[in-house]
Amino acid sequence: MFYRENGQFKSSYRADQQMLPILQDRIFMLVLAAFAFLAVPYLASDYLFLSILVPFLILALAAIGLNLLVGYCGQISIGHAAFMAVGAYAAYNLVVRAPELNFLVVLVLAGLMAAAVGMVFGIPSLRIKGLYLAVATLAAQFFMDWVFARVKWFTNYEHSGSVSPGPIELFGWRIDTPVEKYEFLLAILIVFTIIAKNLVRGHLGRAWMATRDMDVAAEVIGIRPVYAKLTAFGISSFFCGVAGALWGFVHLGSWEPLAFNLTLSLNLLFMIIIGGMGSILGAYFGAAFIVALPVLLNQIPQMLGAPISTATASHLESMIFGALIILFLIVEPNGLARLWALGKEKLRLWPFPH
Amino acid sequence: MRRHIPVLLLGATLIVGLFLPLATRASAPGFWMEVLLGGLMAGVLYSLVALGFVLIFKASGVFNFAQGAMVLFAALAVARLSEAMPLWLAIVLAALIMVALAMLIERLVLRPLVNQEGVTLLMATLGVTYFLDGLGQTLWGSDIYRIELGIAREPVMILDGVFQGGILINRDDVAAAAVAVILVAALALFFQKTNTGRALRAVADDHQAAQSIGIPLNRIWVIVWSVAGLVAIVAGVIWGGKLGVQFSLSQVALKALPVVILGGFTSVPGAIVGGLIIGVGEKMAEVFLGPPLVKAFDLAGGGIENWFAYVLALLFLLVRPEGLFGERNIDRV
Repeated sequence: MFYRENGQFKSSYRADQQMLPILQDRIFMLVLAAFAFLAVPYLASDYLFLSILVPFLILALAAIGLNLLVGYCGQISIGHAAFMAVGAYAAYNLVVRAPELNFLVVLVLAGLMAAAVGMVFGIPSLRIKGLYLAVATLAAQFFMDWVFARVKWFTNYEHSGSVSPGPIELFGWRIDTPVEKYEFLLAILIVFTIIAKNLVRGHLGRAWMATRDMDVAAEVIGIRPVYAKLTAFGISSFFCGVAGALWGFVHLGSWEPLAFNLTLSLNLLFMIIIGGMGSILGAYFGAAFIVALPVLLNQIPQMLGAPISTATASHLESMIFGALIILFLIVEPNGLARLWALGKEKLRLWPFPH
Repeated sequence: MRRHIPVLLLGATLIVGLFLPLATRASAPGFWMEVLLGGLMAGVLYSLVALGFVLIFKASGVFNFAQGAMVLFAALAVARLSEAMPLWLAIVLAALIMVALAMLIERLVLRPLVNQEGVTLLMATLGVTYFLDGLGQTLWGSDIYRIELGIAREPVMILDGVFQGGILINRDDVAAAAVAVILVAALALFFQKTNTGRALRAVADDHQAAQSIGIPLNRIWVIVWSVAGLVAIVAGVIWGGKLGVQFSLSQVALKALPVVILGGFTSVPGAIVGGLIIGVGEKMAEVFLGPPLVKAFDLAGGGIENWFAYVLALLFLLVRPEGLFGERNIDRV
């Protein structure tokens, strides 16, 4: 009844090509952003901020990055936590060695560093594809884990091997309370979402999707596979590098090399599968699901009043997690974003379907 | 012939690297032999895990990430069951459990996902991995358990006459190698000589053609996952007997991934040879390449065996995308 696009005539190319062509979508997004910026800080508790919202915002950013590579360009990577690690350590070294740099500049430089490393590890994708490539990307994971654990320069010769940069400062604004962290991350995530959304509908995104759908055909119509694949690896790693720097500085505060291990890589992959491959919105859904699920599963035993040891709870959690993954793949291989799209279709006709 | 030049170059480099410590007298021949044997033994274990991967990939096109979790699950089952009963009975029971597991996986995971893309199936096996890791530890507990194989622990000295100091070798390593050889021989016989084995090879060749001549795909999948489960028991028991059964087993099994890409996804001999190459390569690298690296770059300890296998496999992929013995008709990009 309310979600109708009829009567909204496009009379200019600008209007036709805008990011959200439907008026109701634009209103919804503005309301949502206003709610997230203005209302949530008053509604949520510190616990909610630190255990769900902050990790959600950062992982959503990383998931968008991985989705650009896996969902849009069709190159599977099981090693993206490595590029998050590159971003985190690059940012740490920049902050330690050049303290006068603005943190936003540090973020961009860290992202660029991750992009460079990502492109190097993307080189095998020119020769191999599919599952072979997936295994090859594991090399990035293990190699980077080792580099940051062993090469002392990266950790600034800290004895324990873990690093702890202080809270970040931005134009004299010290970001250390949960609400400030949340607002800062939200602003960054929105900027990167808009960038990603525009990337995938531009010529680069179309080149990626053509490569994903059929690489030979893409080459025939004049898309250079080298260019498409390496840009996908680079930009995806850039997003993950920024997310990694934020994960280290804002969420963890101090971290050791194992903070960016294979489990994080696999979780990122799950996020985009559950959320929906090839969908920016899906990255949000997937990140929300993966971040919230362990917290919820932790609450269940308490609610039922059954005392379960933490070890058993974590094993049960892993079982439920695995079962849910399989269930999702069987029931809706296209992920939560697909359900969202179906809901929108239904809403168009509601309440008078035909 | 030109195609082979990079392969030959890489092979030659590896062989030179293998003998370099010996040639430059950086190590005593006896010590070098010990490292070599240690690498071969580790390689046998990698091969066993890789074998499970290859069997399943050949017959169902599923890249089974859960093979490591299956090894852990099987080892846990054997370890805990053998506390209450003799070892052989525990192994038989564990085998039954693995067959039941194969049936469940076929019914609940593979059948609903038939005809899906390889990536989706890979993700599904990741789900199976999480599920099995959780289930195994819920059912059997998450401490470190021992499997008593009844083999004397003290190493034996061989070849004292040939080298100064001789070579120390563990009895359980020898037993493990023997079991692995027997297992591979048995699998080869099974594949070549039995009707089921022929059916399996037919399915591996072409799913549709196999189905059209009346080979039941679902049953073949159950069989092949069961066989992979049995291989997982063997790997789990040997590994658990050596290092104790604990969660890290499923992580160590990740080492089998570079083995399969090195050997080729569809090749049983590839899994064996690849495993041996990776095993020897990473031990040699750790012992002889690690210390100079640590010295040169002032590292906080070696541990290059964590990634060496992957980098080796990557190098191989760059010069020979289909692996050592893989099928030639791989999709080239």
